[in-house]
Amino acid sequence: MNKLSVIITGILVTIAFSWAGLVLTSHVQLGALEHHVDELSGDSFPPPRAGIARRGKKTYQELGCVACHTQQVRRPRDEETWRLPYGYAGDIERGWGERQSVARDYIRDEVVLLGTRRVGPDLMTVGGREDTREWHHRHLYDPRINTPGSTMPSYSFLYKTRAVDDDPSPRALDLPEGFGAPAGYEVLPTPRADALVQYLLSLRMDYELPEVPAENE
Amino acid sequence: MSDSSSHPDSSTNRGGATGLQPFGLRAIDTSMRVPAVVFGAMSVLWLFVATLFALITSFKLHTPGFLGQWELLTFGRVQPAYMTMFLYGWATNAGFGVAFWIMARLSRNTLQAGVTLYTAAAFWNVGVLVAIFGILIGHLNPHKWLEMPGYAAPLLFVAFALIAVWAVLTFRFRRSDYSYVSQWYLLAALFWFPAIFGIACLMLVYAPARGVVQSVVGMWYAHNLYALWLTPIGLAAAYYFIPKILGKPVHSYYFAAIAFWTYLVFASWAGTQHLAGGPVPAWIISSGIVGSLLTLFPVVIIGINHHVSMAGNFGKLRTSPTLRFVYFGAVAFTSVSILTAFTAFRSVREVVQFTYFMDGQMQWGIYAWFTMAMFGALYYIMPRVLNREWPSAMLIRLHFWTCASGIVLYVLAMCIGGWIQGIQINNPGAYPDFVDVVGNTMPWLVAGSLAGILLLLGHAAFAIHFFWILLRPEIPDESRSKLFKEPKHMKVAVK
Ligand code: HEC
Repeated sequence: MNKLSVIITGILVTIAFSWAGLVLTSHVQLGALEHHVDELSGDSFPPPRAGIARRGKKTYQELGCVACHTQQVRRPRDEETWRLPYGYAGDIERGWGERQSVARDYIRDEVVLLGTRRVGPDLMTVGGREDTREWHHRHLYDPRINTPGSTMPSYSFLYKTRAVDDDPSPRALDLPEGFGAPAGYEVLPTPRADALVQYLLSLRMDYELPEVPAENE
Repeated sequence: MSDSSSHPDSSTNRGGATGLQPFGLRAIDTSMRVPAVVFGAMSVLWLFVATLFALITSFKLHTPGFLGQWELLTFGRVQPAYMTMFLYGWATNAGFGVAFWIMARLSRNTLQAGVTLYTAAAFWNVGVLVAIFGILIGHLNPHKWLEMPGYAAPLLFVAFALIAVWAVLTFRFRRSDYSYVSQWYLLAALFWFPAIFGIACLMLVYAPARGVVQSVVGMWYAHNLYALWLTPIGLAAAYYFIPKILGKPVHSYYFAAIAFWTYLVFASWAGTQHLAGGPVPAWIISSGIVGSLLTLFPVVIIGINHHVSMAGNFGKLRTSPTLRFVYFGAVAFTSVSILTAFTAFRSVREVVQFTYFMDGQMQWGIYAWFTMAMFGALYYIMPRVLNREWPSAMLIRLHFWTCASGIVLYVLAMCIGGWIQGIQINNPGAYPDFVDVVGNTMPWLVAGSLAGILLLLGHAAFAIHFFWILLRPEIPDESRSKLFKEPKHMKVAVK
């Protein structure tokens, strides 16, 4: 082990081995996944996202929501082999999705937001759970309106407060006592807030894919 | 291996690859003064700022309103900014400083082409600054430990290329007959980093791979940044300083070589177990599990090499701050590797995945192991390159005890709190409201913040001390040999 060339060659071999084995192989296996076309309706799944929701996804990335939220419904517990009262089953039992999410669910995303930490709930299907604009706007403005005790930060900087002139805006947030703007003022979402909410509403897994086992439903 | 019979720095070398006379330690140390101070000072400054950001992050977890009104300081940006500062600002600058110095000393060569290093330092630190600024204004990526924007990465890459070339040339033109364990690890680190960094930037930022391939690449990068960039530098330090301070040679070079190669092969496959249960094929997760288990093999050998040398010498922990920090790190390295293998098991992972437990485990690796080892190394290197003494034993003690207790408190809080959190998340029957689970983590998060305050105190003590020693007068040459003892001849039996 006294020769530079021997050591460096060995090191390069370990790099190549790990890269080819993990990165290249998964790229070959998953990199060519196509969307699934339903034979009856001709629709393709996962469905593409609307333009405004795609802009909202950008806002989601810019604000770093991924630091606290995952977007993946994990494989359910295998009752046969795992009997303790916990397991990945929690994801589906909590209503975070009706089936596990699979690789194909993510192929439309230019940037994948699987996440690694669940300070808050999983958001893979949050658009199906909370399906109104109003709920999300209120929640982003101050999460403690909808969920007392929440530790999610407020994103009130995505909203602007302005004096109500003669005609109040129909888009103003309907905020409860104690959270709203002072009398004579109203809170309006900025375009970024609107886009972000459209993105959250677009987070659903309400379609089926052939590779997901049916018993997960 | 038969020629590796001499201890690092022993003066029995005859001239090495170049056939030239090796330089004396004094000359080498003095020639390394500027790069060591530059990288050391940058690392200490980044560490301090990173700790402030870590505290903000930690406070926000239990007090969401804290500094909440500015988009610039929202949780989702402060957290990645903190990690970027810590990994690329503190850990990597410190790693550079320690790596160069060990490389130069073991190659028995004075600093050559220093301008390469100064240019690299400038590119690197400007790059980190641009990265942090980019993250704070919202140009961040969602990939763990690679949140920096695409425009910052080329600066880091240029810096790194310069550094790797410098290190390879220093090793190539070494004036020593031998190569040492520490040098192997340093070379491995210097090749692994540009490879994973380049591939990850390409496949995640510049030409994003399709779908969840990104998640595989991301995990591969983040894990290897720890396992094949930070850890090898830490191991180089441990292999250098523990024998050096004890005046005992590395226990077994033969085993050290086996451990080195098996570590590179196995550890680089561990890491994908973090995707367990997720939308990737099962073999990817299995490889992570198998990799983490197999990594225990080199870890045990490395551990024997370090811990056997320590046996009967624990008294030296009291007299040598370097040994105290580095050995704390070595113990953490052994234990975090065991912990990583333990949490790779499916039944354990089901509980701890996505919880604060993973933060505890991560900090046990990047802080209790790597950071503590770097502290120890800097305590050894700075007086020698500066030819000055550390002004205050009290500050060193304060630094050690605040950081040691701080990190132990943090890891315990996160691991216990995270375990409880994991069990409750997975048990919707008993805890139907998610926000109750969130509430039950509060005491542990507050404990985490208290630990952060201890760490801030320790880092402040270290920063003050670091800049204080720069202002001290140099010591006269006569007393140098008395103050800085260097073991001379130490033969080991050749296996
Ligand atoms: C500090 C961590 C944190 C960050 C950052 C964060 N959240 Fe949350 N989030 C939470 C917590 C905790 C909850 C659960 C309590 C609640 O509903 O408010 C939650 C809940 C939610 C919910 C409701 C989910 C449900 O099942 O009802 C949505 C939607 C949501 N967050 C969206 C976001 C978006 C969008 C962002 C980024 C702009 C974000 N979160 C950033 C912690 C966070």
